[in-house]
Order: sequence, then structure tokens, then C-alpha cells
Amino acid sequence: MPYDEALERFDPVLGLETHVELGTASKMFCGCPTEFGAAPNTQVCPVCLALPGSLPVANAEAIESTIRIGLALNCSIAEWCRFARKNYFYPDMPKNYQISQYDEPLCTDGYLDVVVDGRTVRIEIERVHLEEDTGKSTHVGGATGRIHGADYSIVDYNRAGIPLVEIVTKPIAGTDAMAPEVARAYATELREVMRSLGVSDVRMEEGSMRCDVNVSLMPRGSAEWGTRTETKNVNSLRSVERAVRGEIERQAAILADGGRIIQETRHFHEDTGRTTSGRSKEEAQDYRYFPEPDLLPIAPDRDWVASLKAALPELPSVRRARLKQEWGVSDLDMEAMHNADAIDLVEATVAAGAPAADARKWWMGELARRANEAGTALAELPITPGDVARVTELVASGALNDKLARQVLEGVLAGEGTPDDVVEKRGLQIVNDEGELSAIIDKVLADNSDAADKVRSGKVAAVGALVGGVMKASRGKADAARARELILEKLGVS
Amino acid sequence: MSAITRDEVAHLARLSRLALADEELDHFAAQLDQIVGAVARVAEVAADDIPPSSHALPLTNVFRPDEVRRSLTPEQALSGAPAVEDDRFRVPRILGEEA
Repeated sequence: MPYDEALERFDPVLGLETHVELGTASKMFCGCPTEFGAAPNTQVCPVCLALPGSLPVANAEAIESTIRIGLALNCSIAEWCRFARKNYFYPDMPKNYQISQYDEPLCTDGYLDVVVDGRTVRIEIERVHLEEDTGKSTHVGGATGRIHGADYSIVDYNRAGIPLVEIVTKPIAGTDAMAPEVARAYATELREVMRSLGVSDVRMEEGSMRCDVNVSLMPRGSAEWGTRTETKNVNSLRSVERAVRGEIERQAAILADGGRIIQETRHFHEDTGRTTSGRSKEEAQDYRYFPEPDLLPIAPDRDWVASLKAALPELPSVRRARLKQEWGVSDLDMEAMHNADAIDLVEATVAAGAPAADARKWWMGELARRANEAGTALAELPITPGDVARVTELVASGALNDKLARQVLEGVLAGEGTPDDVVEKRGLQIVNDEGELSAIIDKVLADNSDAADKVRSGKVAAVGALVGGVMKASRGKADAARARELILEKLGVS
Repeated sequence: MSAITRDEVAHLARLSRLALADEELDHFAAQLDQIVGAVARVAEVAADDIPPSSHALPLTNVFRPDEVRRSLTPEQALSGAPAVEDDRFRVPRILGEEA
């Protein structure tokens, strides 16, 4: 069903569960390293392989990071809590259980504010808890390389036991047509909070941040929530938005047809933006949680928690408010920079000496266009904030105009060196030599005598064509304003 | 004291990926019932002023510093595996026919 029609008939309710791998040097319960991309089963030991007689000991840094995340999300920090065993038989965990937290999470009842189209939406946080990541299975045989139809699987336990924080929202209702954008804005803001805390590299493409998206629909006017589905495998911010949208459309079509939604896990497909059914959850899962006997309870000291809270860095929303003020830009400009992931870049460019307006202009204009063309993130472009600051400086000093500046940026992106190198190699300086400029103008006036006569007879507007001719003849290197002055002077109308 | 039913044993067996014959279900139901009954006697001696506990020692906050220690080599790690492929543990098909 088309999205607009779906929204006319139904009210979407969202829930987001986000897993974040902490950036600790060692695993959650053992000393194995946590490097991404290491050769299979090179970062495993008796503890994370669950060999007999091994015992886990909790990583102090991971506990601290989780509490800091909770504090940054305005949560209450438990005075006393325990780990729990989540029992299930599946080869991604060699123990046949995952150490997690159940009814005693470290952090509860917080919130995170996000801004969508200038409107602030408060996302309530249900809980933040700490657990261990699972191993990575590769399914062999069958047509699709997926678990269904596979002949067997092979497992790498390097990831098993990496500290994993799960952040769960309360149901998010009342966002209407904005639901997909709200989901994306939340994931974006959460990622930035993690970055500002320095607790994770939050790389969605490497799986160090993963979102599960719950969606249900209520018929308009109903107060009863619908059955929800949980979509996994959502590996980019854009996919979060697309997954919500796709699921709203899919569910609306089923409900409008008189069908019912099955409570199930669904898998998101990046190529189509659609979801397909995973295992059904109709049979209630029975993980037989119980307190983990191998690990002692956690009782964070209140003074310690207070000191962690006092030492929190400036949070992204506070920082954005400060920068908006310093840069003198509108809410919408700020939101645009935020959505383009340009704030860090603009800030660094300003720090390198550029005026904020110029820094914003180049990153959000020419460079955003280039990044878009190349299908890459702004920060991945091969140009530094220092380069951009230098270009703004060259423009401000009159050595370049905007057109030449764009060519300089193009040269830097093409790997031709620093802005000064590009100016030098491509000969991009504005023609400041009055004699050279004068010669060009004389030629242009001679070649365009009709236009010259019009200007002489008082039709000053015709000067534009002449200035254009000079710019063309100088291959864009003339100072247009100066050329105009000189032309008018030569034609005796100044 | 509720008795452990045959259905509960069947459910547990399924969760545990154990294939039990019908007569085994009855056999284990009776055994599990006795075990649960024995453990339940703890509740009889626990007075109202004794909070439930999960740990024998009155300790909290036992942590280790975030320091890397040497891992096993892949050869060591995989030495006890019934089957190995590409330096990974090879396991039987995960989802059975019912999936």
C-alpha cells in the first residue's frame, strides 16, 4: 500500500533496540583482544570458548562505559544488579547460553531528544544493559548462503564475548508520517552520543552498531496496539528509515485486506528495501533466564557514578546548540549539516581559520555535491578541513573567485596536492595583471562591437555579455568586478 | 507442590535439542519432580526476613582491568572440535526441517 494511504488509515508505533559493541581492548569476560577483521578463531581462549573449568570475570571498563552511556541518556543507574544467563541452544554461543542482563539492567528510564523537521521528539529509553556478543556463523550449502536450506554452518568465535550494550526504547507513538525519519534521527543521535563518549567506534557497516526495528500499526481512532514485527539486519542509518517505511507499507496492506500481522522476526534487504520473514516468534521464547552464578553482583558506588556524570563530555545536542549560536545559523541549516554529517568538518574548518559561513558553504555545497556524485560520505572525501580553510582564505584575499575555487577543490579531490599546489599546477590565479586584463578586454570589445556600441549609447545592461566574454577569454581567471569597471571605463560610461 | 508434567519435560527436551522417547518422558518427569521437590524444601526454612540470594559470598564489584591477555592459537582452539573447516568450527545444520 502506498505510504500516504497507509498513514491515512493507520498510526505507526515504533520501538528500537540498538546493540553497540564497546571499544574495549579486551572482551567482556576474558582477556582476548577485540580487533575487527582478525583471522578466524585467533582471538579466543578457554573462557570465551566455554571450555570446562573456565570462569568469567567482568571487564571494569565495560561496566564504566555502560554506566556512562546510561548517564548520557538520562537514565537511573542501578544501585545493585546482576548478570543473567539467557539459555538457548545455538552454535553462535559456545556456552549454550549468553551472559546478559534480564530484570536487573544497569540503567533504566532515560530519554534522548531528537529533532526532525525542526520538531523535537523525546524518545523514552526503557533500559540499557550489558551483555556479550555472539560468534559469527557462515552458512554453507543451499542456494542462498542463508541459514534456511544450508547444509551446515562454520563458526568463528572471535566476536563471541565482545562487550555489547543493548539500548531499548519504550514504544514510540504519535510520530505519524515522520516515523521513518524519527527512527533514523534517533539512530543518528544515539551514534553521536556514543562517539562523543568515546565508548565505541559505532561503525554500522562493520556491525559495531546494529539496529532492530519494531513496528506495529494501530487503525486510526483505535487505542489498541497492533501486533509488532521485529526487523533485523538493518545496517545503515538510511536502512533504518527505509525499513520502518517498508514495514508500515507492508503491514498496512495486510491489515487493509483483513489479514493479521504475525509476530515474527523479519530480515531487511538492503537491495530492495523490503523485509522477508525470519523465524516465527508465535511460540513464546523460553530463555529460562536465571542469575549468573559465575559472576558477582554489581553495586556501583554512588560517588563514583556522580563523578562519572560530572565528567561526561559535552553531549552532541548541547554542542550543536552552542555551535549554532557561534556560527549564527538557523535551526534548519544546523539540521541540514547534522544530517549530512558535516558538523565536525565545518567545526574543524573554522578551527583552521575559515569564517563559519564560508566553511558551511563549501562543505554543504560543492563538496556535498561531489560526495553525493561519488556515493561517499562527506568525511570520506580526500580533502581535509585545512584544505578547505585554505581555499576560503585564497578567495578572501582575492587570489581566487568561487569558480576557480571549485576547480581548486576538484584538483585536491583528484589527488593533485594541496590547494596551493593545484593553483600553481593548473595556473588558476585570478588575472590581477591590469595590462593582461586590459588586453583581453580590448580584444573582446573588438570582437563584440555591437554590444560595445549598445553600452556606449547608454544601455549599460549590455555590459554583462562583455564581462561574460572576458571571463570566457580568460578561462574564468579574470576578476569579474574589475573587468566590468575597466570595460565601462574604456567605453566612456563610467 | 505442582508435579512436573510430561509436557513440560517434552518442552524442555525440545529447547535442549534432546530427542527423548515417549517412555523416557515419563521416566524423567518423575525424576525431575523429585529433584524440584527436594530443592523446594529450601523454601520451607527460608523465613520472611531472609531475602532470596543467588550467590554464596557477600561480595560485589569483582572486576578485571581492561587488559589484553594472550589468546589460544587457532590450532589449540580448534583441537577439540569434532569438525573444522577454514579455521572455523563446523557444526551441523542449525535449522531443522521444522524451520
